[in-house]
Amino acid sequence: MTINLDARMAVARPDGFALDIHLTIEAGQTVALLGPNGAGKSTAVDLLAGLLPLDEGRISLGDRLLDDGERVFVPPAKRQVGVVFQDYLLFDHMTVAENIAFGISAGGRSTADSITEAMRWAERFDLGDLANSKPPGLSGGQAQRVALARALATDPALLLLDEPLAALDVETRSTTRRLLGQHLQQFEGPRLLITHDPTDAFLLADRIFIMENGSITQSGTPYDIRTRPATSYGASVAGTNLMTGTNSSGTLKLDEFDHLLQTSDTGVSGEVLITIHPRAVALHPAQPHGSPRNTWETVVEGIEPLGDTTRILLGAPLPISVDITPASTAALHLSIGTPIWASVKATEIAISPAN
Amino acid sequence: MNDQRRAASPPPLSLIALGGIGALFFLLPLVGLLGRTPWSNLGSIITSDIVVDALWLSLTTSLAAAVLSVVFGVPLAWLLARVDFAGRDVVRAIVTLPMVLPPVVGGAALGFALGRRGLIGGPLNDATGFLLPFSVWGVIAANTFVAMPFLVLTVEGALHNLDQRHEAAATTLGASQLRVFRSITLPMIAPSLRAGAVIAWARALGEFGATVTFAGNLQGRTQTLPLAVFISLESDRDAAIAISLVLVAVSLVVLLSLRDRWWGTR
Repeated sequence: MTINLDARMAVARPDGFALDIHLTIEAGQTVALLGPNGAGKSTAVDLLAGLLPLDEGRISLGDRLLDDGERVFVPPAKRQVGVVFQDYLLFDHMTVAENIAFGISAGGRSTADSITEAMRWAERFDLGDLANSKPPGLSGGQAQRVALARALATDPALLLLDEPLAALDVETRSTTRRLLGQHLQQFEGPRLLITHDPTDAFLLADRIFIMENGSITQSGTPYDIRTRPATSYGASVAGTNLMTGTNSSGTLKLDEFDHLLQTSDTGVSGEVLITIHPRAVALHPAQPHGSPRNTWETVVEGIEPLGDTTRILLGAPLPISVDITPASTAALHLSIGTPIWASVKATEIAISPAN
Repeated sequence: MNDQRRAASPPPLSLIALGGIGALFFLLPLVGLLGRTPWSNLGSIITSDIVVDALWLSLTTSLAAAVLSVVFGVPLAWLLARVDFAGRDVVRAIVTLPMVLPPVVGGAALGFALGRRGLIGGPLNDATGFLLPFSVWGVIAANTFVAMPFLVLTVEGALHNLDQRHEAAATTLGASQLRVFRSITLPMIAPSLRAGAVIAWARALGEFGATVTFAGNLQGRTQTLPLAVFISLESDRDAAIAISLVLVAVSLVVLLSLRDRWWGTR
């Protein structure tokens, strides 16, 4: 594969924040730009989309130079960069079909032609029944599909997705993430996924760039990131528990561990990848009462301070990482070998089809 | 929808008292007007030539002024809000000036610019014989001069408050600036644009000073309702009151019927 997007980008914002990163993406590859809030991820989107000019650097896409920080600056309307914005930014005064048709007719096609073409995209994204609805009536997942269809309908050369799952509630996120993964496969150019959620990055991306304070602190395959984290943020990201198993009607049988988990996501059956965010696990001194469907007894096998959180490594039957506050660590009197109960809500267990 | 629940907690008495006095201040003159109305021969007065001519002229010129204010004022507001050009603050101040100036001064200034010997009006008159003052066009020009600033300020404010990310999204979809303005910006500021147009129209309907100074006071040509009232106050008090009543009625009907759909005050 050849490099398709090559972006060396440096910019200083008036508030003193400086960004200096180098991203490369091959055609057909999904790269995640993963970082905490305030890392400058949205600035990177603005630079690539042409909403902000470079101070220094060079963005080339295919054989086109988009911005060199000096003479060349291709304006957003001529970049052929499709963007799925955070909160989607659908046009509320237009129907779903008109939203999708907007970019098609801006490209020079007649209105009637554009609507016909938009209807085809709506069908492809399972939005056919909603073609005449207005965005305020849509669910988060539907709005995301409209935003994606609207961006792809312009036949872009690069697809940017800025936190495409952040606006969704926990119950629908897993299903929507999986659908997004399928839809992304239809796009043949380079794809850049901006996210603060390691689960998104691990489940959707081929390569991950970790961005902190305006710089890339590590890049590599999801496996590299998980096994050799380079910074404390990287380590907290790497703590995301990733397992393989088999799903039947919401019951997950794990390949490597003798333990069953319950997930609320019954959309995929068979072989699946399973992720559990380390902050989604709660620890209790005794068996918890109430609703969490996944509770089990285990022991503390390791304690690692990670700045403002403490990473607890659990033992058998399910050796996973759990992040809690130092205060909780003290309140629970945790030390190596302490018996403890762990619980995870079924909605917090994300799955995607294993390849 | 929540009216009943809101009514459950009564508003503070001090606010009711002060707000009530404020409302009375507007209500009392209206009552005074109604008390002095010559009801017995009202019909014959308001169907007289002078009133019918003035009413028709007022409605058409104020509407024309509102339309002209939208056609030129919206692009002007966009330039002021979105383009960072040298002297922008000065241009904005000059555009706002007619809201502050006595309309008589505005009318006189219009005369120096567009009158028979005016800066533009002179050459125009020499070349084509066209003359703005003392014509319907003069009334429209005077009305637009005093009305358009209200539209420009309303629309410019709306443009400043608009979240520009939707416009940015539209440009990434390949839309030109003009297309973004037409298809995204205008529909998104539509409520403010309608409110601005109504305010401009209302200002034009009540316009007196600039009109009488610039366009004169010729029945059937430039004598709008406010001018007819002023003339009649001297000669025929009953007629003045009757015409005032017509002005009040027309304005009230329009403002009430547009209240929900146009002002967006819901």
